[in-house]
Order: sequence, then structure tokens, then C-alpha cells
Amino acid sequence: MQHREPPTDPFVRQLVSMMNSGHSRRSALKLGGAAALAAALSACAPPAPPLATGSAAAPAPVLPVDVSATEKTVNFANWTAYLDYDEDTKKYPTLEAFMKKTGIKVAYTEDVDDNDTYFNKIAPQLRAKQDIKRDIFTFTDWMANRVIREQLAQPLEIFDMPNVASNLLPSLRQVSFDPGRKYSVPWQGGFAGIGYHKKKVGRELKTMDDLWADDLKGKITVLSEFRDTAGLLMQAKGIDLAGNWGKADLETAFAEVSKRIADGNIRRVKGNAYLEDLKSGNATAGVVWSGDLFVLRAETGDDDWEFVIPESGGTIWNDNMLVPITSTHRKNAMQVMDYYYDPAVAAQVAAWVNYVCPVKGAQEELAKTDEELAASPFIFPTDAYLTEKKIQGFRALSAEEEAEYGALWAKVIGN
Amino acid sequence: MAWLVMFFVVPMVQLFLVSLQSDYPGFPGYYYQDVNVANYARALTDFAPHFGRSMLFAGLATFFAFVLGYPLAYAMAFKAGRWRGVMMICVIAPFFTSFILRTIAWRQILSDEGWIASTLNAINLLPGGRITETWVAVVAGLTYNFLPFMVLPIYSSLERANPTVIEAGGDLYANGFTTFRTVTLPMSLPGVLAGTLLTFIPAAGDYVNAELLGSDVSTKMVGNVIESQFFRVLGGFPDAAALSFTLMALILALVFAYTRKFGTEELL
Repeated sequence: MQHREPPTDPFVRQLVSMMNSGHSRRSALKLGGAAALAAALSACAPPAPPLATGSAAAPAPVLPVDVSATEKTVNFANWTAYLDYDEDTKKYPTLEAFMKKTGIKVAYTEDVDDNDTYFNKIAPQLRAKQDIKRDIFTFTDWMANRVIREQLAQPLEIFDMPNVASNLLPSLRQVSFDPGRKYSVPWQGGFAGIGYHKKKVGRELKTMDDLWADDLKGKITVLSEFRDTAGLLMQAKGIDLAGNWGKADLETAFAEVSKRIADGNIRRVKGNAYLEDLKSGNATAGVVWSGDLFVLRAETGDDDWEFVIPESGGTIWNDNMLVPITSTHRKNAMQVMDYYYDPAVAAQVAAWVNYVCPVKGAQEELAKTDEELAASPFIFPTDAYLTEKKIQGFRALSAEEEAEYGALWAKVIGN
Repeated sequence: MAWLVMFFVVPMVQLFLVSLQSDYPGFPGYYYQDVNVANYARALTDFAPHFGRSMLFAGLATFFAFVLGYPLAYAMAFKAGRWRGVMMICVIAPFFTSFILRTIAWRQILSDEGWIASTLNAINLLPGGRITETWVAVVAGLTYNFLPFMVLPIYSSLERANPTVIEAGGDLYANGFTTFRTVTLPMSLPGVLAGTLLTFIPAAGDYVNAELLGSDVSTKMVGNVIESQFFRVLGGFPDAAALSFTLMALILALVFAYTRKFGTEELL
């Protein structure tokens, strides 16, 4: 990776930028004074820029000493509605079984509401190598990419996880951000598409344009992850998401979102919180994640909630378990990961969350108890299904693109 | 003194230094110490509408809290009798539940299928057909959440007022309103001043109400931008810190001007 060395002296740097921007000399002097003061306050020159990871110069990270053998605990941070849950006992049945079997105590928390907010909360601590008290966290592919690139995750030994080694679906074994799955293990995947209430909408919704109908004005919610919302809009314009599209294509989609917000079509742009708006009736349709609608159906006992992939195509993503660089329970964490690759356990989870299951053999296990569910393309999509429905992954963005597009998107949604 | 340095000065200096940091070129999310005043320029130019909304919404909320809170405080101080304790509990009780939970509860109450919105809709009194995701909901939320901060100082200054002085107003042939205007109100001014400040300052920096009750573009306040620059935008740390400092300066300036104009001896 190529980069310019920033000027070493903040004072010089400030003067240079001031000369470029053409301030008056007087304000330059004034600011210069402030600059000198601030420099004296901080009394530190900029540190060397972070090393580009992956280059030969990057040193191997120093791993903390693993105390898994003496401390039988794992802290697991995951997304909401992402693990089988028993309303009556207020417990997670598969986790309970794991704890009984291994004697390892798992503290499960629904910490993650959004990739960005969770990552930015913990990243400063992780970079400073301060313990975040989590041993597994779960990020979507593109964020897992960033975590690995910044060396904030520990390498795993896949051969110590026999279930993962043998049951991970072949299609998920090779990913661009983690060749050979050295750092990450898939948790679940899913689709973004259109979700709506059949009765309240009164007709079928099939395309993205159907969302902008006049009678649905102000009743539409869309996802705050631009890869999903703008991604679906780009697909509607016929753009191949996995292909080499450019900034202009994304900007067109952003402009459309802006317009729909200004016109009052879109009511809210939210993360997982959109489920509340669907429940309360503030929204009747929107861009949603596949499994959530099935959980909503089960929770409300209302079968009118419908999830469809737009005719122009949908997006697919995958969430990954990683071990934070500060964790001292990596071996325990690997046991948890391995446990969820037991087909019987995976089937139990899949039956509850209704997301795409990464475990080979889980479909057969699920068929034993629920044949209809085992045939669901939302849990076990076949290649033919993915092609027919034009389901694509969002192409990987470079670090600069990520920052630039993220800032643009923030403007679109009013931040 | 050490306490002040530890909990006030140190974080402030740290925040100020962050507000002047720059991005490493090519490494979004990494910063180095710099004197990048452009952060402040950007805070002011890019987010001017958000500052405007923060001030406007906080001002409106303060006004409504005063209009609602003063009669309440007056009733508590002079008319409540044995109900005073109960009223006091009613004012303070909301503090026993979380601020965020109460705001979420309002989201439910005001939702499209809730009885308020559906009643108003049925008699065609609701332009736009909804309450949540409008600025009205945000201002109402702010007013509700900060009302106790208005009521309590006014109540305490009214309660301390000597009732014989007010009676004297009547003895001197002033009617009820004149007595109120010339005697009671001036006596309660320190409370009003404290109440308006205690309402305006947190309301201007608030983001929970705009986040939960507001919509996405037209009702966002400065607090929302700070949150999103910190947590959502890669490389937004210095911008968020600069926004925080600008907001603080703006509020300080307003408060200073306000206390200079209306301030009373007791408070300064």
C-alpha cells in the first residue's frame, strides 16, 4: 500500500495548509500561536503511521497468554435474535447443553446492534491492547475484513476444531478477506430483501419501485447498512454488486435514498430497531433482513409477515465469529465455535433463527424434525436458487472507499 | 481541587486535543496529534442546520416546560395543601425509570396505531397522518423529559417566598393578577432562571429524543451528529470532538448572555 508521510511537525504542517488555503497573515500568526500552545500542551510529534498489515514489515501480533485451562469461561458477543432462545426459561437451550457438556461457562450478550457502532466502540481499546472482556465477537464479512486487516483478531487453529474442519460448507471455505479461514468462523448468513405485512399492504410487493407507491408513503423503513439498502437499489438499476462498479453508481443509489426521505416515502433508516416499527404499525414494509421476518412471524403469531427477494435481485452477507486480540480464553472460544458446527446443534439454531446455515449436514438433521423448514431456501439456499433470484454479495471495498462512502452515507441519513 | 482536575480538566483537555487531530492519509480510522482547525470549520459549515435545530428545539422545549411547569409549581407551593407530597412524588417519580425507557414508551404511545394518533387521524386533525418522526414529537419529548428540572427550582423558590409579603399585596388593594405580576413572579425569578438553564442546557445537547422520536434528516440535532461521527463514520473522531466543543462554546455564550440579562444577585 502506498501512502504519503505526513509532515512530522504539526506546526509546520499547519502553516503549510494555511498557506495553501490563503488565510491572512494575521490569522496565521494567531493560529500559529495557538498551534505552538497546543503543540507544547501535547508535546509529542505524530507517531509513526500504522504499518500496513499484510506487508512484510508488519510484525506478528503478540498474543496474550491463554488461561483457558484454568478459567473455564467464554464471553460471547452476538447480534440480537441470533441464537435459539426459550421464552419460558429465559435461557439459550443449545448454550445450556454446551455448558453442561464441557463445564465451560458461557456469558452470552447481545452487544452488537450494528457493525459500525460496535466496532467503533471497541476498536480504540483493542488497538491499545486493553481487554474488552469478550472472547468471541461477531461481524459481517466486510467488517471482519477490517478487523483482520488491523490485526485485532487472534489466529485460530482450525485443526483443533474438527467439526468446523469437516462441516464448514465448501463455498464458505475460501473468502477473500481470510484465505484459509485462519481468523474467522462463519456464524450465520442471510439476505436483504423486502419485508412487508400482506394484509396491511393489501397486495404483493415484488420490486423496489413497489415500495415507493403513494399509499405506502411514510410507512417504509430501510436498513442503516448502506451495503443492503443502496445495494438493493443498485441491483434494481441492473448493476452487478459483486462486479467492478464505481463511485457514481453508488452515488446514484444514495441520491435515490435522499429523494425518498425528502419526499416522505421513507420514514426511518435504522439498524435492527426496525422490528419495533413493524410491530407498532409505524411501518408496514421496508428493506429488511431475511431471518428477522421469520422471528417476527413466530413472535407475533402473525403469518402475514412476508419476506421476498426483489425481482431485480437481493444481497447476501455472512456473519463471522472472531476472537478479539485481547482475549485470554481463545481455546475455550474455539470449543464454542466447534460445538456450533455439530450438525444437530446447528439444526436447532437454524430452526429458531431462520438464517442461512453454514454447516454441512444440518439440513439432514433438521429434516428429521421439520421437513418443511429444512426445505426453506432462506436457511439452505441451493446454488440454483441463488442464481435464479440474482443474489449477490457486495464487492469488497478498500479502506479509503469504506471511509469515503461511509461519510457520504452518513450525510444521506442526516448525520 | 484534585477532584476537579481529575474529572473535569483532564477529560476536557483530552477532548480538545482529539478535536485537533488529523487522519493519517491512507489510513482511515487512525489519527495523529495535529492542530487541524479545519475540523472546526467543517463542524460549523457542514452541520449548521443541526446547530440551528438544537437551539430551536431546546428553546421551544424550555418555553413549553416553563408554560406547563410554572402553574404546576405554583399550585404545589400555594394551593396543594395536603396533596403537596403526592404532587411532589408525581413530579419526581419518572426519575426512577430510565430516561431512554420512558422515551421508548412515548414512541409506543404516539405510534400510528396508538390511540392518540388514531383518534387525531379519525377527526382529520393530524396533517401528515403521524406524530412520531416529526419535530413536534421531538420537542414534546424534550419538554416531557426535562419538565421536572423546570418545576423543582421554581417550586423551591416559590415555597421559600414569604406568604405574608404576598398577602400584603392584597392588603394594598392590588388584585390577584397585579400581586402575582409585581410580587410573586419577581420573587420566583431565581427559580425561573435556574429552571430555564437546567432545561435548556441538557435539551440542547440531547440526542435521545431526536433519535427515538424524530425522523432521519429533518429533525436531527447536534447530539445525533456527534454520536454518529463517533460511532458510525470511519475517521470521524476529531469531527465529533470539534462538534462537542463548538456546541459547548455556543451554549456557554448563550447562557452567559442570558444570565447577564436576567440574572439576579442570588444566582451569581
